[in-house]
Amino acid sequence: MIAYIIRRVLQGSVVLAVVGFIAFAMFRFMGNPIENMLGQEATRLDRAALAERLGLNDPVPVQYVKFLGKAVQGDFGVSYRNGVPVAEMIVQRLPATLELAFVSAVLAVFFGIVLGVFTAIRRDGVLANIVMSTSLIGVSLPTFLIGVLLIWVFAVELGWLPSFGRGETANLFGWESGLVTASGLKSMILPAITLGLYQMTLVMRLVRSEMLEVLRTDYIRFARARGLSDRAVNFGHALKNTLVPVITIIGMQVGQIAAFAIVTETVFQWPGVGLLFINSIQFVDIPVMAAYLLLVGVLFVTINLIVDLLYAVVDPRLRVT
Amino acid sequence: MTAHTGATPAQSLLSVRDLIVEIPTRRGVLRPVDGVSFEIQAGEILGVVGESGAGKSITGAAIIRLLERPARIAGGSVHLAGRRIDTLDSDSLRRVRGGQIGTVFQDPSTSLDPLQRIGDQLAETARLHLGVSRSNARERALQALIDVGIPGAAERLDAYPHEFSGGMRQRVVIALALIGEPDLVIADEPTTALDVSVQAQVLGLLKNLCRERGTGVMLITHDMGVIAETTDRVAVLYAGRVAEVGPTPAVLTDAAHPYTRGLMASTPNPIPGDKHQRRLQQIPGSMPGLLSVPTGCAFHPRCEHTMAICSQRRPPSVPVRSSDVGCWLHSEVPET
Repeated sequence: MIAYIIRRVLQGSVVLAVVGFIAFAMFRFMGNPIENMLGQEATRLDRAALAERLGLNDPVPVQYVKFLGKAVQGDFGVSYRNGVPVAEMIVQRLPATLELAFVSAVLAVFFGIVLGVFTAIRRDGVLANIVMSTSLIGVSLPTFLIGVLLIWVFAVELGWLPSFGRGETANLFGWESGLVTASGLKSMILPAITLGLYQMTLVMRLVRSEMLEVLRTDYIRFARARGLSDRAVNFGHALKNTLVPVITIIGMQVGQIAAFAIVTETVFQWPGVGLLFINSIQFVDIPVMAAYLLLVGVLFVTINLIVDLLYAVVDPRLRVT
Repeated sequence: MTAHTGATPAQSLLSVRDLIVEIPTRRGVLRPVDGVSFEIQAGEILGVVGESGAGKSITGAAIIRLLERPARIAGGSVHLAGRRIDTLDSDSLRRVRGGQIGTVFQDPSTSLDPLQRIGDQLAETARLHLGVSRSNARERALQALIDVGIPGAAERLDAYPHEFSGGMRQRVVIALALIGEPDLVIADEPTTALDVSVQAQVLGLLKNLCRERGTGVMLITHDMGVIAETTDRVAVLYAGRVAEVGPTPAVLTDAAHPYTRGLMASTPNPIPGDKHQRRLQQIPGSMPGLLSVPTGCAFHPRCEHTMAICSQRRPPSVPVRSSDVGCWLHSEVPET
């Protein structure tokens, strides 16, 4: 088992090195940092000094290794835009994004599984069919439109919920949390729904089709032939077998939620790393963009690792002995 | 009930009367089972033979009401120990399934929940039908594994299905079918998916366990050798109807229905020890599809004894020697 984990971590490292290379390549091929940082009045001497300070005169492979070495230590350089270390900016913004992603993911996975199981068991029910038809909206509407619609209904027309920002936050052991204040929770509702809706419908449709598949198998028929109740068959046997293949996809979806909160964060002006990323693109703030890219890479690799381990927990056939 | 010989529903363990199963499709209503009747006495092993599509498995599934949609029971009745079970509500039906009628499916590799330890699957069934405590259920699960001859049963309780071979898995399935102490076991081709080398073992095991406990068996198969070695009586199905039902030796050696005779002539040496060598024969044509079942007797287009009446009216089931046979050769052809 330990050997298996080590192997997976090594594989993940390779993926991250490649992502790191792409991030690094941005420094070379996108814009000119010296122009960005110094402006037009700088002298040639200033430029040479800055190029030396940024390590731009080293050979490319050396720069890459230096970049990776620093990145591993959490040093992503200094923002071109406001001269603050990128790591600091990200650490400051990360809680907002992680909390939003966490709440969205919990909503998406919970309601996705519950509704998926419901629509599978009540395949021909009226309510199940209504849920299925409604879910088409969730799959087909783009995120920004859902966000704007929600703002229009619940913030502008009804005035129940705030339309932007995180509300008040409280400091919990150095973590700026919006989950412990009333206004923070109220601010969370609309963005979380916006961000999670697509994943929820996806999880629901996936769980439904997988469960229908499982309900057709021989061991479910055999369980019925043994006299088990519908409840025992559906929840004792079918559900667990349904979730095994679904876990991977759910894992990937949760990764997507965290990594691509950009649109939602923009619509709701949510002060997370997604919004930071969008703003830095406008200013070609490459260190921030590179750091964000790596962050997303780390996130995906970590989630994949967790999913693989979870697999082994759920499915005895995959346990490495 | 005058047309039927044998026991009345009150005396038989299982009594199936004029069972009809229909499948509505866009091209019309199909009848994979069309008026099937037979009895199984307590402790008796009845073999059900027929070609693929003759309605053997669907009959078995209909008895425990495990038909796959949209198939449904459209007529007839099923009595178990005198009680009608084809109209039971779902709660009572669940007590019958596993508790009074155990089931063994064809493919042991797909019959067991892959994510649950077999001891838990056994204990779950035992608790359900015997109302025993958790620890007692586990003891019974262990005993059930010992009874079906799983080596090292105590350690194997906590094993998962994928850790067993095919033959061992089918033994576990048999243990599951019997742990609820049923009066009847419906075994649908229980050895077809197994290696030839373990088929006889598993079949012998099923036979011996049921003999010991006085459990009746409905053994669905297309293997005449299995029928000859295992069963007391045999029902021959053709196109969803019973062609002939009677004691196994009589049906095997002295069949009264032309289809049964054809079936025997096309089977190599069904009687063990029969040294009589002969050329295998085949029945011309093939069994009709469900969309084009012939009028009258379904077998008449392939039958060498076809008479005028055969294509017009379905033959009634009449006693011939020790069997019941549905063939005009053995019935009074009615006037008109």
